[in-house]
Amino acid sequence: MKVDVEGTLKRIESYKGVIGTIVVNAEGIPIRSTLDNSTTVQYAGLLRHLAAMARSSVRDIDPQNDLTVLRIHSKKYEIMVAPENNYLLIVIQNPCE
Amino acid sequence: MEIVHVDTKLRREFGPPALFSDRIEELLLDLHPDPSLAAQFIQKTHRDQAVQACRQMSEHQINTERFQSNSCGLNHVEGGWPKDINPNEMEQTIRFRKKVEKDDGYINSILQLGSVMEHRIKQNNSIDIYQQYFDEEEEVEEIQEPPSAKTINVFRDPNELKRTITGLSWHPDGGRKLAAAYSCLEFQKTSRNTSLDSYIWDIENPNHPEVTLKPASLLVCLDYNPKDSHTLVGGCYNGQIAYWDTRKGSQPVEYSSMEHSHRDPVYKIIWLQSKTGTDAFSASTDGQILWWDVRKLSEPTERLVLDPSREGNLDRALGAISLEFEATMPTKFMVGTEQGLVVSCNRKAKTPAEKIVCTYDGHHGPIYALQRNPFFPKNFLTVGDWTARIWSEDIKESSIMWSKYQMSYLMDACWSPVRPSIFFTVKMDGMLDIWDILFKQSDPTLSLKVCDKPLYSLRVQDNGRLVACGSQSGEATLLEICSGLSTLQKNEKSLVAAMFERETKREKILEARQREIRLKERSRSEQSKDDETGREDDEEDSEQLIAKVESDFYSLVEAEFRRRQRREETPQVRR
Repeated sequence: MKVDVEGTLKRIESYKGVIGTIVVNAEGIPIRSTLDNSTTVQYAGLLRHLAAMARSSVRDIDPQNDLTVLRIHSKKYEIMVAPENNYLLIVIQNPCE
Repeated sequence: MEIVHVDTKLRREFGPPALFSDRIEELLLDLHPDPSLAAQFIQKTHRDQAVQACRQMSEHQINTERFQSNSCGLNHVEGGWPKDINPNEMEQTIRFRKKVEKDDGYINSILQLGSVMEHRIKQNNSIDIYQQYFDEEEEVEEIQEPPSAKTINVFRDPNELKRTITGLSWHPDGGRKLAAAYSCLEFQKTSRNTSLDSYIWDIENPNHPEVTLKPASLLVCLDYNPKDSHTLVGGCYNGQIAYWDTRKGSQPVEYSSMEHSHRDPVYKIIWLQSKTGTDAFSASTDGQILWWDVRKLSEPTERLVLDPSREGNLDRALGAISLEFEATMPTKFMVGTEQGLVVSCNRKAKTPAEKIVCTYDGHHGPIYALQRNPFFPKNFLTVGDWTARIWSEDIKESSIMWSKYQMSYLMDACWSPVRPSIFFTVKMDGMLDIWDILFKQSDPTLSLKVCDKPLYSLRVQDNGRLVACGSQSGEATLLEICSGLSTLQKNEKSLVAAMFERETKREKILEARQREIRLKERSRSEQSKDDETGREDDEEDSEQLIAKVESDFYSLVEAEFRRRQRREETPQVRR
């Protein structure tokens, strides 16, 4: 089971265009990250609140609904945030065309 | 309590007792209205007047105090670790992390999230879901909206006694800062309490100027160095030149010496193109143009006296109000004078007499602004008296195009740096006019009332979209021009070039005709001189001419007066 987790994460990190992957827990502590510490902390701090806000907005409109992925497409790259009950998976990808 | 008033009178002073009796009525007088008198009166028109009894009310306006906002960034620091773990210790954090990774919840979550994320990543890699379709065609579509400009910010003089903004200069790199020179040009209007400061504003922050410049006397003009964006040079009211470096603080780094400076306020100062990037030249109404090297401001490097007779005589010199220098033509420059002449000069001439190449006479008053068209350097714009004129270098007799006489004095003008057919002017009634000579030549394309006070200066930023204008009360207003007026249109350059050529040709033809007529008259007058004896006849002729002109004038005035009287009479008769 643990191998599966590792394998999954390693697979995600090795996809084309993926710049970085961060796993954050409910308290904002980065469990696993491929980026340096300061960047990780910054991403974790900023995106946690944003994802929570997005999730609550979706559920406010329709309580049966829930947030699956929050995609932030910026000029340089795309940040994808996927929330789960206690953890947050953040992937930064450069959509290469 | 009853108020009793007692009145006493002696019995014998009463008159005989009054004996009242009834009597039938008799008509003593009956006056009827006389209808013939009605003709002398006009019935007043009815008037409806509403009356209401209500409580007295008054209107009162309030405005909240300006909200001061401050932008700052947030620094995220690592946190959230449980109390017993020290985040700086690698071992503890690694142990914590390993513990979390063994947690069941973690494993399930990651597997779930992993699949979700993988789907998205593959999606991103296969197609660009944010692709813009029809990108190239979008540019062709242009919605023809009416030209507009809106005020973005107003920068107010923070001092109690407001001074006029007489000079403006944009920061050369990107134009995010605006330097404004504050002075009072009215004779003896400066009091002891007038602050001498001039400011550099950051356009995002109108509450507080970014840098304060403290000269020894009021600054009339200033200019940013196009090569080095930290240095500025300014001309003072007392004729000195001051040089600042914003990295070194508010006080000027150096002043020019009083003996060698101008004797009148320095009205314009511009940086020159040179290898060292430290040359500037200044103009003043004392008739001198001085060249300076900012490394050594004790003495000007060169001096030119604007004497139209080319003798260098300071008494006969014309006062200079504006200067023009184009980096693409480093040896030539032009000076606008108080007397309404534009003097074109060559810096590289050998003798001072040759420095003044030619003059253009066109305005009745001082020429407040002078600028070459950035796309067509042979044509330049001048503003003075109540008109704006466009000149071609080759035609010295008159301007090739001019606006009609405006209602108020034009104070400053400049071309748009992105569109060759657009120029901006500001007037004494607080209006900013945007002229597009390809669209309409008789009137401005857009006229905006910027403020109630006269506007004294104007500068367009290099991108052509932002315009700053300075008023008499020390307010600098920043306006943004709509994209229609600040983006180059198709064929614009060729159309403007054709227009300038056409007008130049027209003026040339007119000039040639004038010359011909003059030649003919001269030859005719020479002939008549040979035939008759003399000057007396000529004088008589001129006297007769004067009498004839006078009688013509009076007859015209009387005819107009009679016409006006007739016009006033006819509406009365109509009723």
